[in-house]
Parts: sequence; C-alpha cells; structure tokens
Amino acid sequence: MNGGQDLGGTHGHGPVKPEPNEPVFHGEWEKRAFALTLAMGMPGGWNIDMSRFARENRPPGEYLSMTYYQIWFAALETMLKERGLVAEDEIAAGHSLHPAKPVKRILSPGDVERTLHRGGPTERDTNTAAAFKPGDKVRAKNINPPTHTRLPRYVRGHVGTIERVVGCHVFPDSNATGVGENPQWLYTVRFDGRELWGGEGDPSAKVSVDAWEPYLEPA
Amino acid sequence: MSDHDHDHHHDHDHSELSETQLRVRALETVLTEKGYVDPAALDLLIETYEKKVGPRNGARVVARAWADPAYRARLLKDATPAIAEVGYAGRQGEHIVALENTPNLHNMVVCTLCSCYPWPVLGLPPVWYKSAPYRSRAVSDPRSVLADFGFALPKETEIRIWDSTAEIRYLVVPMRPDGTEGWSEEKLADLVTRDSMIGTGLPKSPKDIAK
Repeated sequence: MNGGQDLGGTHGHGPVKPEPNEPVFHGEWEKRAFALTLAMGMPGGWNIDMSRFARENRPPGEYLSMTYYQIWFAALETMLKERGLVAEDEIAAGHSLHPAKPVKRILSPGDVERTLHRGGPTERDTNTAAAFKPGDKVRAKNINPPTHTRLPRYVRGHVGTIERVVGCHVFPDSNATGVGENPQWLYTVRFDGRELWGGEGDPSAKVSVDAWEPYLEPA
Repeated sequence: MSDHDHDHHHDHDHSELSETQLRVRALETVLTEKGYVDPAALDLLIETYEKKVGPRNGARVVARAWADPAYRARLLKDATPAIAEVGYAGRQGEHIVALENTPNLHNMVVCTLCSCYPWPVLGLPPVWYKSAPYRSRAVSDPRSVLADFGFALPKETEIRIWDSTAEIRYLVVPMRPDGTEGWSEEKLADLVTRDSMIGTGLPKSPKDIAK
C-alpha cells in the first residue's frame, strides 16, 4: 500500500537524532508491548507479512505521529480483534469477559530460547528457474497495490541491475493476504542514485533493494 | 524511575502515552486470563533482548573477521553460517549478508518500509533507525544523514545503501582501525560500535578506548 510507512525519499522529517546511551526500551509498556507481540504470533496464527500490513494500514498522519511501539501495539490489537481473540469491551474492562477461543499453541517459557533461535526462515525449495541473472538490466514495475507490498515507491519505474540472485523466498504480497506463501525468486537490485533522484542526486551513491521476480521486468 | 520519566524521550503528550500504558496493561491481563500468554515467557523475551542479544554479538563477529582472514572470507561468502559459528542465529537474522567497507566503498543499511534489522547480531534497533528522518533520507541523501551523525566521508568514496525490503538482513563490516596490529579478538571487539555495523559511524580508534 502507498501508505505512511513508505518513507524513502520523502521530505520534511527533520534531522536524525541519535540518543546517547539509548536504552533498549523506553519504559515498561514498550517491553510488554514488544513481548506480547512476539508471544501472540504463535497462538494468533498470523505471519510476519500480516503483522507488517496491520502496522502500516492506517492514515499516514496517524502512522507518522505514533511511536514505533505504539504502532506495534495498535497492530496487535487489530489482529487480535479481527480474529475474535479479544474484544474491545475486554480491553476497556481490563479483564476477560468472553470465553477464550481455542488456539493451536501458546509460547511457554521453555519454548522461548528455541523459538527465537529457530526464527522464521523464508527461503523455499523450487523447481522453477530464476528469470534473471547477475548483470541483467531490470525495471521495477509501476505497481500500486492497496494491499501489502515490499516494493518501495522510490524505485518503481526505474531501471537497475541485478546484483545477486538471493534464492526463492516467501512472497509477502501473497502471504500478507492469507492466500499462502507463493514463493518467488528474490534478487538484490542495484540502482544508481541519479537514476532514482535525478541529476541533482549524489553521483557517488548507489542504492539496492531486495525485490521479488513479480516486481521486475526486463529493461 | 517511573514509566513517565522514561517516556519523555518521545515528543508525545503525556495523556496519549498514559492511555497506551493502560491499554497495554489491560491487554496483557486479558490475554493472560484467556490463557493465550504466559507472563513468564514475556519476561524471558524481554530479558533476552535487554540483557543477552545486542551489538556486542556483532562486535565479536567483526573482531573475528578482523583477526582471522579465513573467518573473514567465510563471513563475506555466506554470513549466516559464519555468524552461527560464533553462536548467533535466529529471529530477524535467518538470512544475513555481511558487507565489507573498503577505502573506496562505504556501506550503510536502512529499512525504508519498516524497521528490519539483524537482531541476533545487533539486538533491537534504536529509535532513530525506525524514525522517519532516517528512513526517508538514507536512500536519497545519505551523506546528509552521515552529517547528522557528525561523520563525513571523502567525496570520492562510493556510498552504497542497502534497503532491507525482504528478509535479508545486512551487517556492515567496518574497516579495522590502524594501530591495532596483534590485538586479541576481545580487545578488537571493544572498538566495534553499533553504528559502525549499520554504516552510520566508524569504529573507535585505539586512542578513544585508552581515554
């Protein structure tokens, strides 16, 4: 979606402000919001692409005025409510008011280390051949899906060079909508700064994105 | 310190944050009562990323690459197994690529679409990495971003920005500082800063840590 999350090349956000000796979390609620999000992945049954869509799918003004963990927490609430796992009256009351829905599995303390260590690899076996090879010129397609995509606006329509064939990976545009992983070949595509930003762009800069085959066409 | 004292870092008014704090607490209670979460598992998740997984992990990887040419070659060829050799793997680091800085090439990592970051080697991302100023300008005007960090690259150095748009996570291997010949891996790791592994900073010099 062309939402507030797609920030590459936008203006007016001011300077980057690194915080000296920044703590991992700013306050207790950030810790709990973070941990609840991780822990609910398993019983909630959503995948990472659904989570990302739930975070970005809000008015851009809202997205830009929330802190990162506020966005995470709002997305968690959305996904829980969509699945009927929690209702608004329960959050307002601070207590469970309705019977729990059965869930597949919950994260036990004994699972934490193993689950984090395993992570969620996205590479998949395939019997298809990659359409592009390193050195090929490709154009990022001009696509504008209202659903989740990982092709940022700033590269759409621009010509780059295949730098690396990464492998066959879960395709977020499909996975986010619940129609399955639909794995596709993934490439690192390098663009010249001036191709992306015009003649005033930094001539010494090159930018790459990781782009799935359906995002690309021969150029 | 109360939650409020921590939260003054964000430019948000107090009532909005209080509302969030209350809702987080309420939701945790509801999810616990329903049996969907075990609070002890939550505590462990928090402890893992507060105490165990952080940029010191990445610093050990970089220090080994500086000290051991065979390891450096393995890391640059296929970083995920090379990093697993040092003991780090898993969530948000399932597919890692190591990027070597040279006198002619400087690498810098961003996620313009969200906050993708190599957790097993760097921990959770700092606020600035997830912020609009960094995500917007890193790809369009990277040298101005480096200036915000008080850091200038020579004009002729190529700057390469890696936008983490898929599940590939990037770790910058900065150049080894001069004057560190014969140093142990442990001592070298003290020079490796988080920002130098993102590409928004340089490693410390031997002089910096002698202070």
